[in-house]
Amino acid sequence: MTESAQEDVHRTIERVARESYGRLVAFLASHTRDLASAEDALSDALLSALATWPQNGVPQRPEAWLLTTARNSVIDHVRHQQVVLASEQTIRLLGEHASQRNMTADFPDERLKLLFVCAHPAIDSSMHTPLMLQTVLGLDAARIAQAFLASPPAMSQRLVRAKAKIRDMGIKFEVPQQRELPQRLDAVLEAIYAAFGIGWDDIAGIDQRGRDLAEEAIWLARVLLKLMPQENEVRGLLALMLHCEARRAARRGDDGEYVPLSEQDPEKWSLSLIEEAEQHLAQASRQKRAGRFQLEAAIQSVHAERARTGRIEWRAIVLFYEQLLRICPTMGTGTGYAAALAEVKGAKAGLAALDAIRIEAVPSYQPYWAVRAHLLRQLGKEQEARHAFDRAIGLAEDPAIRRFLLEKRG
Amino acid sequence: MEFTLLVYEKPEAFAMRKNDDNDPYLGAWRAYYTTLVEAGVYVRGDVLEVPESGTTVRLHEGKRRVQDGPCADTKEQLAGFMVLNLPSLEAALEWAARCPAAAVGAIEIRPLEHQRKHQITG
Repeated sequence: MTESAQEDVHRTIERVARESYGRLVAFLASHTRDLASAEDALSDALLSALATWPQNGVPQRPEAWLLTTARNSVIDHVRHQQVVLASEQTIRLLGEHASQRNMTADFPDERLKLLFVCAHPAIDSSMHTPLMLQTVLGLDAARIAQAFLASPPAMSQRLVRAKAKIRDMGIKFEVPQQRELPQRLDAVLEAIYAAFGIGWDDIAGIDQRGRDLAEEAIWLARVLLKLMPQENEVRGLLALMLHCEARRAARRGDDGEYVPLSEQDPEKWSLSLIEEAEQHLAQASRQKRAGRFQLEAAIQSVHAERARTGRIEWRAIVLFYEQLLRICPTMGTGTGYAAALAEVKGAKAGLAALDAIRIEAVPSYQPYWAVRAHLLRQLGKEQEARHAFDRAIGLAEDPAIRRFLLEKRG
Repeated sequence: MEFTLLVYEKPEAFAMRKNDDNDPYLGAWRAYYTTLVEAGVYVRGDVLEVPESGTTVRLHEGKRRVQDGPCADTKEQLAGFMVLNLPSLEAALEWAARCPAAAVGAIEIRPLEHQRKHQITG
């Protein structure tokens, strides 16, 4: 085989792995409830694909080939462990499903169940996102650790523990009942949004790893929407992330300096992403009661309007924030509301809104101090403003934002 | 729990110490220190003189060997330390990432040993 043909095979394997990883893991694990062994089996299958496909050629249905190989390896593994009767049934089920379907590659898409398992209330919420990134997208522990500011061995260990818990507690691979669906879905959406947030905060546009994670999150939301097209909050989340993603190129100036949203050049925004976001938002808002992500997307949509109108409709933003505060009174919402209110009713009103935020959450939230500094300066309280700037600078992680604040402080 | 943040800097960062008060790097450090103190996590810490001012002593086969300069000849040198009182390693990593030196040097986090002894003996 020529070198370029070899490369083709490798690319095919990479593509199949990326597109099918979550589907294959979800299908294998939905029968065994054992994520770790499903992942091991799949990596074995991918390894043997790397070993045999270059010689024998890529099978006609690569995904089915991987599934069959991985399934056999799971069965071997279960047999090898000589575990109890329950596993025998598992083997039978897995065997039946796979033998009936592997020739068509038409096995059921169990990723939705997998997403719900990853964000299960019995699993520590800080592990929801890492679990999703690993089991649905196939990201390795080292990369997840980077994103979460943890050491790779520590992250790896936490992932192993979480998967052991899923297996040992017998957490079911199922879509929750209607009654508990909203709450359980929230956890899934939160976890996807957290992945996006990390990709977003991480010096995006400069740092490739940050950028990738934001893209992965959007991909996850697309998968989720395909599986739950009737859920408006899924659409809301996707719209929110697309709106943010549309501005990526505008977030930094030519010298890598930070450009705040209201000063960004709309020419640098991606109109196609904005349009897609708007479509999702419009479709979601047909239902009367807007959820958290729809409201957040609506706020971003108002900002995006500036590309057309040249101005920001702050009153609309304030209204959306008021609704958002009722259902989601977080530090971020409170700070965003105060900033918007100041634009409509002046710095004094904005400062009062900041003061209304629970004090115990304040010390380490950087945007709070940045907004506070900005408003204090407008009110001519220079000394307090400089102090607030210091707090914001001290909490900044992104060097570009730190430079921006240092210059503002003067 | 107390964590020590060991701050490592490159020669460029050490050189900036000579700059005046308007230097952005020094300004970022002052802001960072203020924030640590006001967030209630700062326990103690200090800044070391530049590495060239160091003197290193070793005893080799009973003979004193004295060397001008720091112990290890590396690009990033120990510049100072901070002891922070924090609930977890994760929190320590967060604060380390915010440290101005993290973007131009490195921050090493080490728990203090006496605490582990405390934990063992109760």
